[in-house]
Amino acid sequence: MAAATDTLERETKLQGLGSSRLRKEDARFIRGRGSYIDDIKLPGMLFGAIVRSPYAHARIKSINKAKALAVPGVVAVLVADDLKPVKLDWMPTLGSDVQAVLADKKVCFQMQEVAMVIAADRYSAADGADAVEVDYEELPAIVDPHMSMAPGAPIIREDIAGKDEVGHGKRTHPNHIFTWEAGDKAGTDAVFASAAVTVKEEILNPRVHPCPLETCGCVASFDKVTGQLTVYITSQAPHLVRTVVAMLSGIPESKIRIIGGDIGGGFGNKVPIYPGYVVAIVASIVTGVPIKWIESRIDNISTTGFARDYHGVGELAADKDGRIKALRFTALADHGAFNSHVSATKLPAGLFSICTGSYDIPKAYCRVDAVYTNKAPGGVAYRCSLRVTEAVYLIERMIDVLAQKLGLDKAEIRRRNFVKADKFPYTTSLGWTIDSGNYQAALEKVLKAVDYDGLRKEQAAKRAKGELMGIGVCTFTEIVGAGPTKVCDILGIGLFDSCDIRVNPTGSAIARLGTMSQGQGHATTYAQIIATELGLSSDEIQIEEGDTDKAPYGAGTWGSRSTPVGGAAAAMAARKIRAKAQKIAAHLLEVGEGDLEWEVDRFKVKGNPAQARTMKEIAMAAHTSNLPDGMEKGLDATEYYDPPNMTFPFGAYVCVVDIDRFTGETKVRRFYALDDCGTRINPMIIEGQIHGGLTEAFAVAFGQAIPFDENGNHLGNSLMDYFLPTAVETPHWETDHTVTPSPHHPIGAKGVAESPHVGGIPCFSNAVVDAFAHLGVTHMDMPHTAFRVWQLCKALGINKR
Amino acid sequence: MAKKHAVSFKLNGKAVDVVVEPRELLIHSLREKLQHTGPHIGCETSHCGACTVDLNGMSVKSCTVLTVQCQGAEMLTIEGFEQSGALHALQEGFTQEHGLQCGYCTPGMITRAYRLLKENPSPSEEEIRYWMAGNLCRCTGYQNIVKAVQYAAKKMSSPRT
Repeated sequence: MAAATDTLERETKLQGLGSSRLRKEDARFIRGRGSYIDDIKLPGMLFGAIVRSPYAHARIKSINKAKALAVPGVVAVLVADDLKPVKLDWMPTLGSDVQAVLADKKVCFQMQEVAMVIAADRYSAADGADAVEVDYEELPAIVDPHMSMAPGAPIIREDIAGKDEVGHGKRTHPNHIFTWEAGDKAGTDAVFASAAVTVKEEILNPRVHPCPLETCGCVASFDKVTGQLTVYITSQAPHLVRTVVAMLSGIPESKIRIIGGDIGGGFGNKVPIYPGYVVAIVASIVTGVPIKWIESRIDNISTTGFARDYHGVGELAADKDGRIKALRFTALADHGAFNSHVSATKLPAGLFSICTGSYDIPKAYCRVDAVYTNKAPGGVAYRCSLRVTEAVYLIERMIDVLAQKLGLDKAEIRRRNFVKADKFPYTTSLGWTIDSGNYQAALEKVLKAVDYDGLRKEQAAKRAKGELMGIGVCTFTEIVGAGPTKVCDILGIGLFDSCDIRVNPTGSAIARLGTMSQGQGHATTYAQIIATELGLSSDEIQIEEGDTDKAPYGAGTWGSRSTPVGGAAAAMAARKIRAKAQKIAAHLLEVGEGDLEWEVDRFKVKGNPAQARTMKEIAMAAHTSNLPDGMEKGLDATEYYDPPNMTFPFGAYVCVVDIDRFTGETKVRRFYALDDCGTRINPMIIEGQIHGGLTEAFAVAFGQAIPFDENGNHLGNSLMDYFLPTAVETPHWETDHTVTPSPHHPIGAKGVAESPHVGGIPCFSNAVVDAFAHLGVTHMDMPHTAFRVWQLCKALGINKR
Repeated sequence: MAKKHAVSFKLNGKAVDVVVEPRELLIHSLREKLQHTGPHIGCETSHCGACTVDLNGMSVKSCTVLTVQCQGAEMLTIEGFEQSGALHALQEGFTQEHGLQCGYCTPGMITRAYRLLKENPSPSEEEIRYWMAGNLCRCTGYQNIVKAVQYAAKKMSSPRT
């Protein structure tokens, strides 16, 4: 008993896996001592301000720098022609296209980068930017993606007009980017032709923006003497930035250092490489001094990193009992003026083919047509893996549409279609092998917790009185952790990740990883994984990320890949160290390796627990001469982890809304979120991630959209118009969990931060539509603002007192 | 270039002087001239509150205050909260209740909550949410920020031991 207590005490002290220990990164943030991009100040640093196009589509007839150069403090004005000698006027995108760094002869979206003014400080830079004279000849703009491929449509990208393809197969129109499809089209069509029931709905995921509180920016510093380029940058993927900069500039990759520092939120916005970064780098190379470029909020929403803009059509075929027999989903994807959509090379529509969801659907076909429009480029994954929100939104909305058509309860139709718990690993009809899941158990737990039957009774009573109450159900499956290098690469680089651990003689350790925290708490959670693997306190394990001179190569943090890939690398590197430690312990205790067993923080001799060596003792021994013959000194290991599969977090959510039919206002009365992310590393941090993801889902469902007029002018690109929920609107969140570990992940973890966003959005929409279901409404496009909901009430004639 | 003005005020209890153009915003003077980079810039339009400082007993968004307006002012920023190595109850509360993730909004949040607790030492959850509505957070969903403020309110109201 005493021994057991002692073991438990030692384990608790480690604050390892499963502990809700407080975050290690908080100490600097609560004192205002973070080091974000705009906090970086280098000697002699100049400031860059970008001149942007007022038109969505126009020819540049001339640019006159003279007045700008006369502004006090202005040092230089760079335009496309100035970038040509260094071949940096165009850059490759992460979507296999090219993008103008500064507009060359024409602009293709409003606010496109036309020039950069370099000046002594941000005020003179802004003055200079105002003084640059650009003469434009306006061209007709394409705003609606449905018009992009119309005969006679204006050609947006003259630079590639003659090209048959831009990286992803044959193009059929100058404004066509690619067509991608998956599944069995003929087989699916045949099922639809003979199905008892079919449903079809047009479903839009509107153009939105991740809008982290910190905008994008960089400080580029080129040392002409050493040829060394250092770039402090808001990047979720510093190593990928280093490789792209090397490809672009011709500077050897070994002379490029990218430093991520503290990042004020990313949510996908900080994955791509933006023109502002590249011009700042060129400006530093040209001037020989450091250049800072920081986006304004309006620049941020207008130009860097929009998400979604998928115009979908969902179709399901089912039998009369609501068992889905086939799925057919298509989407028209508006990628803006350049295809800088972040995608793995072989997956131009990302992971859209996860759209069969949590359901056992025998036949499926999906297709995405991507087109150019005169809007900002992007298509980042806003708190989700590539195109997963779009896919999950379609299936979770469509299963509700089917339930309404058949008069089935929305929980019951899910029960009838779930992949059963004993069927895993389960390969979907679109080819993904889902490693694990237990969907029905999760749903039943949630239904019981919220008294689902009671809620439906209450809803019936309210409907009888003419009141609007909606109950949204969502049982989503995510796909995260990109990913296996045989499937996933960007610019040819496989999406593995890495961890390098060094244990010091006194038993503390430092670990460096190829991922990049933007608030997720990696300094805490990675330390917890390593603490449990090595039996060292997480307090004494230092985590470093984001400095490419220090960290091993990795693809960064996005697509919930840190825990599935980086966390796995951490566990595997630690296991290499523990294997070496076991050899050292055997040597010190003069027994065979097989005579030892691991217990919390030490190797002990089986049957003689008093004979033991702690990891701390072994760490010291590893730095002495007392080692087995021929063994290298030190206690270090590096792991480059290539995951065998993606991971598949899932969840069951229920949302209850009350809608005022006279004003259209929706009140979220209750939101209950059960998430299964496999093994839980730090429950406190998980809960925080769920709260945040649900709040961003709430924002998308109820207010976020980037509207344009017919000429491509932005109609809402500041926080005056773009909805970020405050503490007042944000609902109270209830969280719950089940634990179904991933069988292929070293610690069974799956990733969590995106699930609440991906699952939350359809849950809100399902609740809002459910409030009107008895009136024959099957779908309403987001955002569900009071005005739009009121318009529906008015159309239904229920808005009069 | 416009004539520059010398402005003097008290920043976290210490007298400071800056020389600025009339158009210079307080957030830029604080961050770039006075090396106080705790307050952040999130929107430049007074919506997000990342730049919140306490000016003469009021929360203000320093991205829309001119430095020349601050002559003779008393100002508190996040850098002034820790006293002789002891964290302020709000700083402690934000850590204990996991009221921050990326940390970008945190200095403004803590500074705003400080003014709230000065005016209303034991606010209800609804009052906290209302008072904090000028400070946006993209990471936490506010639930733990509410708890952090409640933690501090409780700690500050309990008799010192």
